[in-house]
Amino acid sequence: MFENFVNLYHGFGIAADPFNILLMVIGILLGVIIGVLPGLGGANGVAILLPLTFSMSPTSAIILLTCIYWGALFGGAITSILFNIPGEPWSVATTFDGHPMARNGQAGEALTAAFTSSFVGAFVSIIMITMVAPLVAKFALQFGPAEKFAVYFLAFCSFVGMSKEPPAKTIVSMMIGFALAAVGLDMVTGQLRLTFGSEELLNGFDFLIAVIGLFGIGEILLTMEEGLEFRGKAAKIDPRIVWKTWKTLPKYWATSLRSCVIGCWMGITPAGATPASFMAYGIAKRVSKNGKNFGNGEIEGVVAPETAAHAAGTAAMLPMLALGVPGSPTAAVLLGGLLIWGLQPGPMLFVEQSEFVWGLIASMYLGNIVGLILVLTTVPLFASILRIPFSIIAPVILVICAIGAYTVNNNVFDVVMMLVFGVLGYVLKKTNYPLAPLVLAIVLGDSAEEAFRQSLLGSQGSIGVFWSNPLVSTIMGLALVAMFWPIISNLISRMRVAQPA
Amino acid sequence: MQQAPHGAPGAGPTQRNAEIGVAIAALLFGALVVYGSNLVGIGWSADGPRAGFFPFYVGLIIMACSLINLYHGLREDPSDLFAEWGQMGQVLKVLIPTTIYVALVPILGIYLPSVILIAVFMKWLGSYGWPLTAAVAFGVPAFFYVTLERWFLIPLPKGPVEALFGL
Repeated sequence: MFENFVNLYHGFGIAADPFNILLMVIGILLGVIIGVLPGLGGANGVAILLPLTFSMSPTSAIILLTCIYWGALFGGAITSILFNIPGEPWSVATTFDGHPMARNGQAGEALTAAFTSSFVGAFVSIIMITMVAPLVAKFALQFGPAEKFAVYFLAFCSFVGMSKEPPAKTIVSMMIGFALAAVGLDMVTGQLRLTFGSEELLNGFDFLIAVIGLFGIGEILLTMEEGLEFRGKAAKIDPRIVWKTWKTLPKYWATSLRSCVIGCWMGITPAGATPASFMAYGIAKRVSKNGKNFGNGEIEGVVAPETAAHAAGTAAMLPMLALGVPGSPTAAVLLGGLLIWGLQPGPMLFVEQSEFVWGLIASMYLGNIVGLILVLTTVPLFASILRIPFSIIAPVILVICAIGAYTVNNNVFDVVMMLVFGVLGYVLKKTNYPLAPLVLAIVLGDSAEEAFRQSLLGSQGSIGVFWSNPLVSTIMGLALVAMFWPIISNLISRMRVAQPA
Repeated sequence: MQQAPHGAPGAGPTQRNAEIGVAIAALLFGALVVYGSNLVGIGWSADGPRAGFFPFYVGLIIMACSLINLYHGLREDPSDLFAEWGQMGQVLKVLIPTTIYVALVPILGIYLPSVILIAVFMKWLGSYGWPLTAAVAFGVPAFFYVTLERWFLIPLPKGPVEALFGL
């Protein structure tokens, strides 16, 4: 444990470099803009900017990109509270009480509460990462291919079990991702597969293109269909309001703590920030003595989902760093970035690239502090971005997406693929197929397949290898529980109801 | 397609048809994956599973789950709308210019189509005046030219028009 703090101290030395602090500020500002604009979100914003970082050192690059992610997490709250438009899916629950507060003339209080609780959630989550990630990584060093596949299996099963979409749709979406990942050159046999003679498909589908299309273009089409017009409340934050709100916040420590725990848990199991925020809101509503007033502008209704969303968004970095399994689409894009920079995510990262890992963890602490100060001081600026009409914003975002898609591989065909993914994203979203599992499957497809084939190779094709020792059996067992959780929890609640009768 | 007149409020493609359509498309996609995996071999060879081994089962799962989705789709309420025709029109207003834009990029490079796309959007959908339209339409690509090509040294695709200017 002591070793962690020494490493963290060195990490601060790297992260506090003036150039890196500058990158943090740029990253947070870009991130908030990305979080505020429709059609640009954490995942595709990071995907578009990833090619710009190819020439930086990996540590500086990841600091810039993770800060964009923190910024996007902060930015989602601004649109939710001022405009009743969730800029990101995880800030939907923030609109329930945040926007009524803004309508009651308490926009400043709502924003302060949202940013502060985001900060608290993220901070608790980072402390958790500092303590737990090295242990998980050390533990995971013993993993063979079967255990590795079991961890992937657990990640994907929790998606199926936790998603509020029908399981069959989640599975289809996930498997489409695996199929797309399989297209192109097979790494093991060197054979071409599923290309059907097309030269463009030789290298398979790039997940960055898929992310830009699915989340970027798809979102623009959705926004257009809803015919959004931004009619927002003015935002004014002065130090007096911030101070006044801060004084009331400690009252909600129990809600905060509960939301932190929910967020950390949901972030590690890749259920993600969105369900975490809903769950935290739901529980807070049930437990709070002001529960009846939720939905009419209760500050506790802002604190609960924001804390959980940020805790989850941050905790999603833990499995990405320690196991190589990202907990959210944005973490998946960051993981893809690590691979491009020549770093192999997973337990060995802590051993071989300890400077990089601890620099990143230290930058999370600093980045969130920088972020809190920045967003509290610059809200009016970002609110004014939203007043730019959609007919100007939309084509500019389309151009940004196209440029982003092109720069991934300097390939014009990718721009066409981006549009195809965009239409696909629009249709899938409208028919309730979740997009996150699709993206994760494209990113992890090759590694999952490799682990699967290696385990089967070792066992001469017997599936029994996934139940061959206590460790792998436990992970597989957990995975099955996660997958069938809706059924299991249903049974438990039925038994509870049956007993008193 | 439906018989409803275009633009009539409250009419449009139904959610049921959309669900069925997506389920069938996914089913066909699954079949394509299974077929493609079969081409490269789905069994075992001397050195382990063949290239099609993993995607073959992926394809099978897609087909099986799509059948479930198809069944649920058929039981959807036929009166629920996917979107109204007016809304679909809004979507097409973005989709058609974007498709033309994407088709032009390989021929003309990225700059000129970007200028046209932004100008068309602002004039057609936003009806802004020429000065503002021109400022944004030329300003945004110019911004990307400076930041990407000059600062980050990332070349973007260029066409014959840029060649005329010697860029």
